[in-house]
Amino acid sequence: MKTLRSTLCYSTAALCALLVSGLPNISLIASESFPTAKVNTTGLAVTDTEVTVGQLHSATGTMAISETGSIQAEQLAIEQINAMGGVLGRKIKIIVEDGASDWPTFAEKAKKLLVNDKVAAVMGCWTSASRKAVLPVFEKENGMLYYPTFYEGLEQSKNVIYTGQEATQQIIAGLDWIAKEKKAKTFYLIGSDYIWPRTSSKIARKHIENVLKGTVVGEEFYALGHTQFGSLINKIKLKKPDVIYAIVVGGSNVSFYKQLKAAGITSDKQTLLTISVTEDEVLGIGGENLTGFYSAMKYFQSLDNPNNKKFVAAFKAKYGVKSVIGDVTQAAYLGPWLWKMAVEKAGSFDIDKVAAASPDIEFKEAPEGYVKLHNNHHLWSKLRIGQWATDGQAKVLYESGLIEPDPFPKGYQ
Amino acid sequence: MMLAYTTSELTSIFTMQGFAGLSLFSVLLLMALGLAIIFGQMGVINMAHGEFMAAGAYTVYLCSTLTAKFAPAFQPYYFLFAIVAAFFVSGSLGLLVEWGLIRFLYKRPLDTLLATWGLSLIMQQTFRSTFGAREVTPTLPDWLMGSFKPTETIDIPINGVFVMGLTLFITAAVMFFTFKTRAGLRMRATVQNRMMSGAVGINTKVVDRLTFAIGCGIAGVAGAAFTTIGSTGPDSGSRYIVDTFLVVVFGGAASMLGTVASAFGIAQTQSISEFFLQGTMGKVTTLLAIVIILMIRPQGLFASKVRRA
Repeated sequence: MKTLRSTLCYSTAALCALLVSGLPNISLIASESFPTAKVNTTGLAVTDTEVTVGQLHSATGTMAISETGSIQAEQLAIEQINAMGGVLGRKIKIIVEDGASDWPTFAEKAKKLLVNDKVAAVMGCWTSASRKAVLPVFEKENGMLYYPTFYEGLEQSKNVIYTGQEATQQIIAGLDWIAKEKKAKTFYLIGSDYIWPRTSSKIARKHIENVLKGTVVGEEFYALGHTQFGSLINKIKLKKPDVIYAIVVGGSNVSFYKQLKAAGITSDKQTLLTISVTEDEVLGIGGENLTGFYSAMKYFQSLDNPNNKKFVAAFKAKYGVKSVIGDVTQAAYLGPWLWKMAVEKAGSFDIDKVAAASPDIEFKEAPEGYVKLHNNHHLWSKLRIGQWATDGQAKVLYESGLIEPDPFPKGYQ
Repeated sequence: MMLAYTTSELTSIFTMQGFAGLSLFSVLLLMALGLAIIFGQMGVINMAHGEFMAAGAYTVYLCSTLTAKFAPAFQPYYFLFAIVAAFFVSGSLGLLVEWGLIRFLYKRPLDTLLATWGLSLIMQQTFRSTFGAREVTPTLPDWLMGSFKPTETIDIPINGVFVMGLTLFITAAVMFFTFKTRAGLRMRATVQNRMMSGAVGINTKVVDRLTFAIGCGIAGVAGAAFTTIGSTGPDSGSRYIVDTFLVVVFGGAASMLGTVASAFGIAQTQSISEFFLQGTMGKVTTLLAIVIILMIRPQGLFASKVRRA
């Protein structure tokens, strides 16, 4: 832990390299005290000097827009881990595969990574559809997947570590805050039409009706890629909800906020809380179309803590000053670190031992602050409310305590 | 529930809802015009139509970036020039595609379908490699983004009015071109009887190339206009393509008037059913209506009177 903290202090790659070249003996010793025959009993791609992990995201196709940040963050984390000596004295080598936004391709590439390449872990997937496609492969071939996206829950697997929030972590605290802060009683729920918004909307509705004693005055879903929200906006004007609760994703997002603004629905007259807009989406929507609206996320780029400052600086040093970091990008950055800690705790790369060692791992240097792995392979994490400003950054107005992950919430199904 | 509203509030909602329908109508029409020319007049099924729209949208983005960099004072006006630029960019792309690809496939209509679909994938990936996978936002002039308030409770989005005006202008221009100019006459002649047109001295190859280029250019204008209401990304085009074909096929492939009527019908059905039902159900209702009508009238709303060779 001590080396980890001190290395993170050096935010630029150059400094990291200097540090490593000064300490070659440490990694040598580590490698010798963990002989390959002992740390790898199941035939994974682990040698005396190297361990291979896979990376499986969409670099092409419609999802490339969202997954690029995750790809970058994972590579940054791996680079930093290598710069401080790797895992059990072994440098991490990455095999990058492209899922190409196509779910069968994801399954096929997952199989290739596990069966042919024998990777010790895979950082990957983004949409629930791609995760559902690879899950049977990971369970059958006994692989380890680090999945970064906030998602609908209702899933738990020995072979997956979920580094994003499950739905209740993201939804409940946010609704509590807005109900208290804005004295909100009526809610209009709007989402894209697929599993994540539908499940999230269901949880939100149960919480609004049963716990907050409020009313849902409208609940609607639009096909992915829907671009015309004129009729919806008129219905919102008719129903005058205290809060618009938006779970719109992808290109629809841009149309939705542009048209809201053009129809005169702005933050001075209307409260809007969303769980689907991060800094990445704001790039496409334009900060001026979102000014004053709220997002409920576990991470914002503007978080003011030393871990995050280092992370943001390192990310920008590698990918350019203009790059932005959204919630999922940060969650993706956690994956390689959590894997490294689990391997070191287990003293082995064997999947079963890593899975067994994962619960209760604490990562104190996470950019989002302290996180801890739960028995159910999700993370304890905080929920923050950010208010968007014209420059595309959010001002964090509220921060909850650590929330226990509960992928199968009772009373919300 | 409805009783809780005052008459003036309801009037405002109905006014705005009427506008929403008209606005959707002009969006659909603008999308479909370019395709109506290419599909209707030439019989080419251009699956890459959406990507020509995206090319127009990216032209606006480029113009916006260049203006911000070199002539910030020009910012409020650049958008109008960007639209013209979009027409020429997408139009020249169209010219190139016709020359390099389409002209070899006129006798094999099903192969054009496959070839243009492949082209659309290539173009999408080109956008992605050039501009990045993320969506981009051109900085739009402020005068386009507000809303116009004739009364306290009515908000008419200015970008909607702008798209409507542009659609009217383009439709009028296309009609004028088709029915009042020599080039339009040659185009119609070629559609009606290619052999005879060739025999009387019309260079049908040039006509084809120009028709395709104009269709693509109009797609570019549509794409440019939609930066005000939607997103600009590598796959923006694929979001529009289904609706576009819907409008053209439903209207009757070779009829310009059919396209207008069809866009109007689809827009009103969709916007009204979205208002009274819910999001996805609105779309389902619209598609069901179209399916039923096309079962009864397979040739579309306005039957083509062209003698098919």
